[in-house]
Amino acid sequence: MSLMSDPTTEGRFGEFGGRFVPETLVPACQELEIAFKDAWQDPVFRGELDAVLRDYAGRPSILTECHNLGAKLGIRLILKREDLNHTGSHKINNVLGQALLAKRMGKKRLVAETGAGQHGVATATAAALFGLECKVYMGAVDVERQALNVFRMHLLGAEVEAVHSGSRTLKDAVNEAMRDWVATVETTHYCLGSVMGPHPYPWMVRQFHRVIGDEAREQFQALVGDAPDVVVACVGGGSNAIGIFSGFVDLKSRLVGVEPAGGAAVKRGVPGVVHGMKSYLMQDEYGQVQEAHSISAGLDYPGIGPEHSYLASIGRVEYPNVTDDEVIAAFQELARTEGIIPALECAHALAWIIRESGSMQGQTVLMNLSGRGDKDVGQMMEILK
Amino acid sequence: MTLESELRSKRDRGRKILVPYITGGFPGWIDAIRAAAASGADAIEIGLPFSDPVMDGPVIQEASQRALELGATPVSILDGVRNLDVEIPLVVMCYYNTVFHAGHERFAKQLVAAGVCAAIIPDLPLEESGPWVKAADEAGLETVMLAAPTAPDSRLPLIIERARGFVYAVGLLGVTGERSALAATATAMAARLKPITDKPVLIGVGVSNAEQAVEACRVADGVIQGASVVRRLIEGGADAVGDYVSEVRRALDAAFVPQS
Ligand SMILES: Cc1ncc(COP(=O)(O)O)c(C=O)c1O
Repeated sequence: MSLMSDPTTEGRFGEFGGRFVPETLVPACQELEIAFKDAWQDPVFRGELDAVLRDYAGRPSILTECHNLGAKLGIRLILKREDLNHTGSHKINNVLGQALLAKRMGKKRLVAETGAGQHGVATATAAALFGLECKVYMGAVDVERQALNVFRMHLLGAEVEAVHSGSRTLKDAVNEAMRDWVATVETTHYCLGSVMGPHPYPWMVRQFHRVIGDEAREQFQALVGDAPDVVVACVGGGSNAIGIFSGFVDLKSRLVGVEPAGGAAVKRGVPGVVHGMKSYLMQDEYGQVQEAHSISAGLDYPGIGPEHSYLASIGRVEYPNVTDDEVIAAFQELARTEGIIPALECAHALAWIIRESGSMQGQTVLMNLSGRGDKDVGQMMEILK
Repeated sequence: MTLESELRSKRDRGRKILVPYITGGFPGWIDAIRAAAASGADAIEIGLPFSDPVMDGPVIQEASQRALELGATPVSILDGVRNLDVEIPLVVMCYYNTVFHAGHERFAKQLVAAGVCAAIIPDLPLEESGPWVKAADEAGLETVMLAAPTAPDSRLPLIIERARGFVYAVGLLGVTGERSALAATATAMAARLKPITDKPVLIGVGVSNAEQAVEACRVADGVIQGASVVRRLIEGGADAVGDYVSEVRRALDAAFVPQS
């Protein structure tokens, strides 16, 4: 059996996951679970999703071998180019799936949280495409550092609300999106942006992102003739990472999920319950959730998806972390050596590869380039001044 | 004395039950509890502030955040509760991570030791509540379960069966906060519960003033008032809370004359 099979009927991956939501939302989660199961087995739905992924999002995404940087580091470095998807990140895979599902369920409106704004942009895009109303919650700190994406969402016809509570970042945007959903659940689908939240989200979002790993496995085999020695991805909630890992979890490849030093849920966390799930969580001695701190809005999250907690607990995936300074250096390195400006999120994965390359000499390393860096250029301009 | 026996006996005498909510650790919270108790509250719901209160609107969020900034912890609040000299049952409202982090048995014992009768955990729905309710039952602590307007009829008996103390009828689709009118869902929810349970049924979330409390009590056995109480605590301190609770009490007693 695969290490990434379906969760239990209670939505557990090992001890992690579950459905810790207010009573008001339980029926909606149950309805979503049934609708997703039904759709996922329905060839018509799968056909529609495949078509829109291909003809609208531009899948399959390609692999790019980094000959320059690879030679410099003494490894074979190969990127899975999720940055080339429409809207510029992996987020569109999940959003197109959920938007199609929302329509199938007769919902008229999408709400979403967003950190870097990539999930918000993807949700606003899908809402425009499918004629749904869209409201995106975004921490006030992130509204400022990702101003370009806020404007993109406006252009796409979405309403963006800045969240001023708590740490005013991703965690608080999730709270506010859940509060909205509690009040609007009859007409609204909560389009959650990562492999987190109450069951069935961690599972459903993983299934929508499997396409990354499924494609990459075949493409890598064709390119290199073997499975990669190492597969690396950045981890906020963990959706791009789970997507690519799903193609390799049952092979011999070493799997590495890179967290920011200021948001290291696995390393600094203990099991806790927030946002509907039991998972590793940064918290104080009384269980108050701690604020994460990261240069990248998309990884500025004190928790991690429950399946990652499970994969960490059984030792299948490692979750090291990197500092903001290492990330800034990696961001520039990829631009200069390969002509690719990465999103700050996946620059975390590259930062780890650069740091650890000495111990991986001659190995093949597959990295998920989860998004492009255009949205971060303004922020980097300030930092590098 | 259990919460349930206390509320039942009051209900059976025709008294409508009034439960104000106070955010623990907010400046003046102890005096506010005393003032509410002296002004005709039948029980007090004491909130343990949490960093991520997903069921709460702006007013209770603000009070929670203030309390946390001032250093409130579950331990410091329970210390305060232990020394309270009020005669009515005390109920703690907290989010599940506070419970989970402390450990079910330890937390249940801590509450009992502080003189708390019951707990309300709004993000611990029926399916996830088993291990906690077992630990709470063993410690002699009652767990109030919530019933929401979105629940299908088939779900309500399961919630009722697991509920101790009273059944919390969620008044509307949404989070805590004052509304200009009582939502139609409030009395509808109570009307679905009353015929199928003998346990006290209290409406909470969105019961915002004396008039709405009276309206809710035409169907329910009582009300829980949160944001309207906490706003008065924020704006006017314990005295304002006492005045408000008296006003609601008078309105309830005028509309539903208790047997003496
Ligand atoms: C490009 C990119 N990568 C990664 C992430 C982090 O999300 P996840 O861990 O779910 O992949 C984000 C989130 O905003 C993102 O925009």
